[in-house]
Formats: sequence, structure tokens, C-alpha cells
Amino acid sequence: MAKAELNPSDEQQVMKGTSAVAKGVMAADPDVISAYPITPQTGVVEKLSELVADGELDSEFIKVDSEFNAASTCIGASAAGARAFSATSSQGLKLMSEPLFTAAGMRLPIVMAVANRSLSAPLSIWADHTDAFAERDGGMLQFHAEDVQEAIDHVLMGFRVAEQVNLPVLSNFDGFILTHVQEPADIPSEEEVNEFLPPRDPEFTLDPSDPKTMGAYARPEHWTEARYEIQAAMMESKDVWAKTVEEFKEVFGRDYTEYNGMIDTYHGDADYRLVALGSMCGTIRGVIDQYREQGVDVGLVRPRVHRPFPTEEIRAALGDAEAVGVLTKEMSPGYESALAGEIKGTLYHAENQPPIKSFVIGMAGRDITAAEIGAMIEETMEASHPMTFDEQESWPQLREELLQTGGDN
Amino acid sequence: MSSDLQDQDFTDEVEHGEELWNPGHRACAGCGPALAMKYITEAAGENTIISQPTGCMEVVSTPYPESSWGTSYIHNIFENAASVASGIEAAYKSFDRRDPDHLDVEDSDDLNIIAVGGDGATADIGIRALSGMMERGHDVTYIMYDNEAYMNTGVQRSSQTPLGASTTTSPAGDVSIGNDTNKKDMASIAADHGVGYVATASISNPRDFKQKVEEAISRDGPKFLHVYSPCPVGWSYESSKTVELAELAVETGLFPVFEMEDGEITDVNKIRDRKPVREWLETQGRFKHLFDDEDGEEAIEELQAWIDDRAEDLGLDA
Repeated sequence: MAKAELNPSDEQQVMKGTSAVAKGVMAADPDVISAYPITPQTGVVEKLSELVADGELDSEFIKVDSEFNAASTCIGASAAGARAFSATSSQGLKLMSEPLFTAAGMRLPIVMAVANRSLSAPLSIWADHTDAFAERDGGMLQFHAEDVQEAIDHVLMGFRVAEQVNLPVLSNFDGFILTHVQEPADIPSEEEVNEFLPPRDPEFTLDPSDPKTMGAYARPEHWTEARYEIQAAMMESKDVWAKTVEEFKEVFGRDYTEYNGMIDTYHGDADYRLVALGSMCGTIRGVIDQYREQGVDVGLVRPRVHRPFPTEEIRAALGDAEAVGVLTKEMSPGYESALAGEIKGTLYHAENQPPIKSFVIGMAGRDITAAEIGAMIEETMEASHPMTFDEQESWPQLREELLQTGGDN
Repeated sequence: MSSDLQDQDFTDEVEHGEELWNPGHRACAGCGPALAMKYITEAAGENTIISQPTGCMEVVSTPYPESSWGTSYIHNIFENAASVASGIEAAYKSFDRRDPDHLDVEDSDDLNIIAVGGDGATADIGIRALSGMMERGHDVTYIMYDNEAYMNTGVQRSSQTPLGASTTTSPAGDVSIGNDTNKKDMASIAADHGVGYVATASISNPRDFKQKVEEAISRDGPKFLHVYSPCPVGWSYESSKTVELAELAVETGLFPVFEMEDGEITDVNKIRDRKPVREWLETQGRFKHLFDDEDGEEAIEELQAWIDDRAEDLGLDA
């Protein structure tokens, strides 16, 4: 994917995921950063605090009392015209949820790095996508990074897109698996970013010389239109994103342009295709290699963008598969995993509807092994219409013995 | 210091059409908080950004596509006006340093960032945001307009509701005298945060209130004002009596008017012949039940004792 040779000046640095993302944020040169610590995000704001303390980053850093007020101060700053950044995880994202929904409605392009983590209860600090999916309907763009490099790049592209379509961004990267890993990554230089990401130039701000009322109260005759505008901006953001990944490639040399930047594939035309988000795709690629060596035609389709949903791209990437297996680190109690449901909905209008099995795995940091992925590939190959709920969703990692005894055996 | 709006003519002070809190808003007749908004904007002038939480004053002033605000204005949600104001202040500090040409005003020191919330949004649900704003030292003036309940949602009890008031969530009943707590002392809470300038004021004395707004915005760092603003609907009185009742609350000592600097009381509006709180209670439907039986009498005595204690602490009696 990376074509670093296009930029000989780039030096790959090995650093912790959180520090690398913080360096990416620094390159975006935000006016205001506001954040509260929460595991596993904490390293991002610690690093940013350090960069500010050392004078390397000239941002106002607001040391808030909670994630709720991290989001709220970002809203004030963004409304005033500032480029504003925050980072969070899990319960913190939940605590931000109310203000973040309004950031979308008020069309404020705040960018947030979200180190994904499960939601209580039981309390867990480990990675899954429950937090991101819980914010799905707010009007925030959502990206999912597979590796640290992508997490850095999504922050930069996030600002570029957010400030054109006036919507906030949740830039997701898996807690611990990406936040605490040491990986080599290209840290964008200020010069490159200046070329790619111009200073924010908002149309409306809280400028006393040109008074505006922001955040008005809307009655039923106007409210729907505000929500429709979010929908329209989301749809517009697909084109903006497609252009952004092109520009990004030109400036930084890294190529995210497949499927307009919405989807990344690995043997994407295989008979059997797995779909997954984020860091588990690294393991999946390895298992796919093994199966392909044995003559099994299996590939991977990885949405990088979850909101706006890559509708056309999903139809193109999955419509002609023999069968699809969706591996998700989230579930929607009382229905099925949200991602599997969304993919099924998307394919309803496609010419073909391959059978789709969903697998709820890797919840709250449970390791996903190569053997488990292999088993899921094999189950996917057997999928056929019609399917009962039990057939369409399985929890391959469920420890039945814990359910029987209630004890930890 | 005591005043009566009837004796003063404020209409000449601001040209009609240049008001920053414009007529045509949807506030009820006799709305005390609406007067507070008028005085705040008159005192602060146009170089002002108002951050407001959800509540009566936001709902009556910003029914899209109309707005009563001649200043820059932002509403976000019920519990974060102080944080939104903190973010605005941080943004302008950043612009000042990084992009001095950002504003037409000379620099952000000339800019008044004011958060204005009701008692529910300030003393209850928004107190964490307020606490953070004060503790971090943002250059923001926070003004709490106090109408002693959640009026926007239909008169529910807040931590500013006085003892004995019947509200829809603290109703008087066979075994209830109504609200069973005294008003939370927001001025002391602000002062204990190290806020340099804290003051209380009543809409019955606009000159005093506006001077305090001017004093607050002239200072750096966080400032806290508590302005008493009666609500005819929630309190159940005739709408022409708003200013009178606001004044009576001051004269009974239920709402003491004072200033604090660096945590010390520096000026108290002394009351000569402080009136018994009973006189004020009698004017409002929400206290009617107190005059029915012994329990009510007891509650009145308890409230009076609370007022007397505070009056002594503050040196309120002339």
C-alpha cells in the first residue's frame, strides 16, 4: 500500500501508536485541543500535552474535567472558527455522545481520535467496536484504521474532509492492538501537511463583528431539514473523500484510492469474501494466504469508512461473491451485528444477494486466532439461502461452560 | 441601593433598533429573566459572545429562523454553556497568538465572553461544566439567572427553589410542605473556586446589576454573577408584579445582594428594617399552602431562621 519512495524526505519512525497519532495531530496544527484521559486513548493526549509543553506544538490545550466537557469545549472552539481536536475511548465517547450529536447538527468539523474499546458492563478496558457503533446515528463521519499508519493518515484526511463538508469525524483505531503497539510509520512533515491541509476557513463563526445566532431552536417545520442537510453532507462527503485520498496520494505517496478510498480489498474478487473492520484484518490476511495456498479462493473486503456507508462500493465488492462472512467486534442485542445488517440492507438492491453469515468475535479484547478465522472461512463456504437467525449469526468464541456454571472454569 | 423600576426610565438609554436583546422574543409577560437578558446585553455591548444553555431564555429567543440576539450567540445543550464558553475563549486566545488578524476587534481582551444560564442549567445539571470553567481560570463571565425552578419544562424543583415552594416535582400535599431544602449557595461555591469577582444582583435594580456586569467583564479570569429574576408563571403571581417581588425578596433577605472579591465579602446591600419573609411568601401561589396549617407555619419559621442566619453571616442588617 505505502509508496514511501515517492517522498524520499519521509523517515519512518518506530513509536507507539498513540504517540504516532499525536504526531499526526500535531502536523494538522489544531488551534485547540481539549481532552480527558481514558484508557487506551490516554497516550494520545499525553503526547500532545508533552508537545505543547515543549513548545513543539502551538495549540491551546484545555485540561478539562471530563469527556463531556472535552466535546463541549471543542464545540465552542470550533464554533469560534478554531480547528479543534480531541481523543477518547469507550465510556468517554459515551459521555461525549450528547454534545457530539449536536456538533453534527451544528455542522462543526471537530476531529476525534477514538481508541476503540468495549462499553461497560462488565467493565473492560479492551478493544472492540461497541463504542463506535453506539455513536453510529449521530452524524459523525467514521473511519476505521487497520494499522498505525492509517490511524495517523485518517486524522489528517479527517480534517480535510470534515472542514469541507462541515461534519465531525470519529477516527477509530483499535485500543491496545493499535494504540499500544510499536510500529514503523511515516510521520507527516509540516510542509507536506501545509500543502494538503490548508488552514480552516469557516463560513460562519462566532465573530462579534458579524453576529450570528448558532444552535437555534427549531420547531417541527424546520427540524427535518436540518437533519436532511446532515444526510446530504454525508453523501457529499463520499466525493470529497474520493478526491481527498487522491490528493493524499499525490502529497504523501500513500495510496488509499481503491474503491474511492472507501474500501480496501485483499483478493477482493475471490469466490468467498470476508468482511471486517480495523486491526483484525492483518491476521485475516495471513489466514487468507494460507487458504489460498491450499486452493481455496477466499479474499477480504475491509471498509475503511463506515459513515458515510460505502453503499455502491459494497455492492460492487460483494455482489458477485459466492458467500460472505462478516466478522464483527460489535453486536446489536435483539437483532444481529449492525455491520452485517447494514451490508445485507445494502445488497437488497444489488443484482445478486450472496448468503451472508455474521460472526461476533474479538469482543472486549479476546484474541482472534488464525484457527478461528479458518473455521469461519469454512463456515462461510457452506452458507446458503435461506438461513434462520441461528444459522446467520454465530458467536464462535462463546465459552459455553461459563454460561452453564456462571463460574470461571 | 433599593430601587423601583417604575421610578426610572431606561428607554432612553438604548436606541430602539440597536438593542442587542431585541423585542419580539417569546417570553411571557412579566418575565424576570427577559429583563436580565436586556440588562446584560446593554451592559456588555456588541463586542460580546453569549453562550447559553437550553432553557427558557434560549427557547424564547431563538425560534429558528428568528433570533432576539444582536450579539454573537451560541446555544448547545442544557449542561455545557460554561464549557462551550471555555472553548470559545480558548479559540480566541489561540487566534490572538497565532493569527492576530483574525478579529476586527483589536484583541481578545476587548471581547466579552459571557455564559448565561438559568438556575437549573447552572446550579444543577451544568455545575460540572461551570466548576471546570472556574477552576481552569477561563476569562468568562458566567451569569446565573435565578427563577427558582425549571420553568422551561413546567415548574419543576431545582436546587435554587426555596424551602416550602410547591413545584410539580416538590408538590405540597397532605404530608408535604413542598420543597424541603434551602437554596444552594452558588456565590460561595464560585468564591471557593478562587473566582476573583462574585456578585449577586436583582433585576429590581438594573443600575446595580449592569454595573456588576460591567465590573465583571472588565476583569480577567472567571467571574460569577447570580441575578434574581422572578417568574410569574412558575411562582403564580400577577405579571405586573415581577420587579416588586424581586425587590421584596431583597428586602426580606431571602435574596441578599452583595459582592465578593477574592473570596471575601466586600460590599453588602444593607437592609434597614428587614421585612419578614412571610410578606414575600404571601404574594405567590406556590406558597399558598404554607398558610393553611401548623406544618406550613413551621416551614415559614424554618425559612425565616435560615434567612436570619445568612443575614448575620453576611452582615445584611443595617
